[in-house]
Amino acid sequence: MKRSDGRKPEELRPLEITAGVLENATGSARVRMGRTIAVAGVFGPREMFPRRLQDFNRATVQCRYSMAPFSTDERARPGPSRRSKEISLVVRKALEPLIFLDEFPKAAIDIYIDIIQADAGTRTAAINAASVALADAGVPMRGLVSAVAAGKIDGKYVVDLAGKEEDASDCDLPVAYIPSQGKISLLQMDGNLAKEDVKALIKIATTACEDIEKKQRDALRKRWIK
Amino acid sequence: MKILQQSIVSLAAKGMRLDGRKLDQIRDIVIEASPIEKAEGSAIVKLGRTKVIAGVKIGVGQPFSDRPGSGVLMTGAEFSPISSPDFEPGPPRDNSIELARVVDRGIRESQAIDLDKLCIEPGEKVWMVFVDINILDNFGNLIDAAALASAVALSRAVFPKYEDGAVIFTEKTKKKLPVACLPIACTSFKVGERLLLDATREEEEAAGARITVTTRDDGNVAAIQKGGEEGITPAEIEHALDMAVEKGKEIRKLVKQA
Repeated sequence: MKRSDGRKPEELRPLEITAGVLENATGSARVRMGRTIAVAGVFGPREMFPRRLQDFNRATVQCRYSMAPFSTDERARPGPSRRSKEISLVVRKALEPLIFLDEFPKAAIDIYIDIIQADAGTRTAAINAASVALADAGVPMRGLVSAVAAGKIDGKYVVDLAGKEEDASDCDLPVAYIPSQGKISLLQMDGNLAKEDVKALIKIATTACEDIEKKQRDALRKRWIK
Repeated sequence: MKILQQSIVSLAAKGMRLDGRKLDQIRDIVIEASPIEKAEGSAIVKLGRTKVIAGVKIGVGQPFSDRPGSGVLMTGAEFSPISSPDFEPGPPRDNSIELARVVDRGIRESQAIDLDKLCIEPGEKVWMVFVDINILDNFGNLIDAAALASAVALSRAVFPKYEDGAVIFTEKTKKKLPVACLPIACTSFKVGERLLLDATREEEEAAGARITVTTRDDGNVAAIQKGGEEGITPAEIEHALDMAVEKGKEIRKLVKQA
């Protein structure tokens, strides 16, 4: 089976990961998955303001996911939406288990992600970029998290849906996976699937995440090992 | 910080700067045209370490009732939190609104875009041109960088497909947005008693005032904006105008090569 863009079912879109693309941020990364482009910047660990929000036992992670108005086919309204707020939350939850938060009581770790082009899979691109940006910032982590969406088109399980494929798929199932721990830190699904399908899709997504993690590591090596 | 500002002022008095530039010397400009395929036009501009992206989206909408035969131009800017360590979350702040408005006036008043050519059906349907600016890395002089990114993005913009009264955003035509000139903004910063161009963030903080002059291809002035707390003298304004015209020529040459 060939997909509309000629990919094999388990084949990712062309994936480019670059660490250290911004200079003001403590750490940063740009991830391109097909036509989707995410830029992530991490600030901190730094003092948390306002002070009344400080957690005396651990660092607080704050996350903002935002889509540029020119990132979509039809112009997107600038500013936060219910969708972007939910994604900010699930992205944060996907990243938090990685970080040694106890090491930085009272501190803030701010993760900002700008989607500058959106063509499906923006939350997974955001997670892939943020994970590399955190490591680039030198934040102590248990491992990297990698993310990809899986779907089912014409009875076949496929990974990394492109914009054109989203409507053809029976479902959209984004997964964030920490290969070094064998744990899933984000799982969402909408569509109509049998239980067996869900299991199979999680399997191909986590396998694809292992490939993504290799590329994330390569990007960090390229930046830091001269 | 006070000490740094004082040394910036005393260096400027001797015609020198921390990074070794001359007072009227701008940082290196790198232009990446059309990085966003989904936008009708786009550009990333690096001005030294300052990095700005501008995207143009073109759609169809209703004209304003007082200009039924004219298209609509809208310019917005966001200081993304990734651009600077001292970002505070919240709605657009004064500085991003001022930046968008200064860029907007430069485009509008230079008549870079003839809005009357963007009419489809008077009073009913016109082309709407949205210029959106996203600041990626703030190392000073955002207005000039944002204006340049916007001008390049507009100059490369094409219309989306329009069929049976509806826009098909996924298909672009080869028809270019009619752009008559390249409005170039050049901001002079008053540091002590001297003017300098293309300030870094530290220099901006040391500056008491700034004046942005946007010029057209023919060297005429399209828009001016004075900012900052201090006053400036007519002689300083003349100097700023001269420099803006001169740098405008230099930058236009660069854009043609990009």
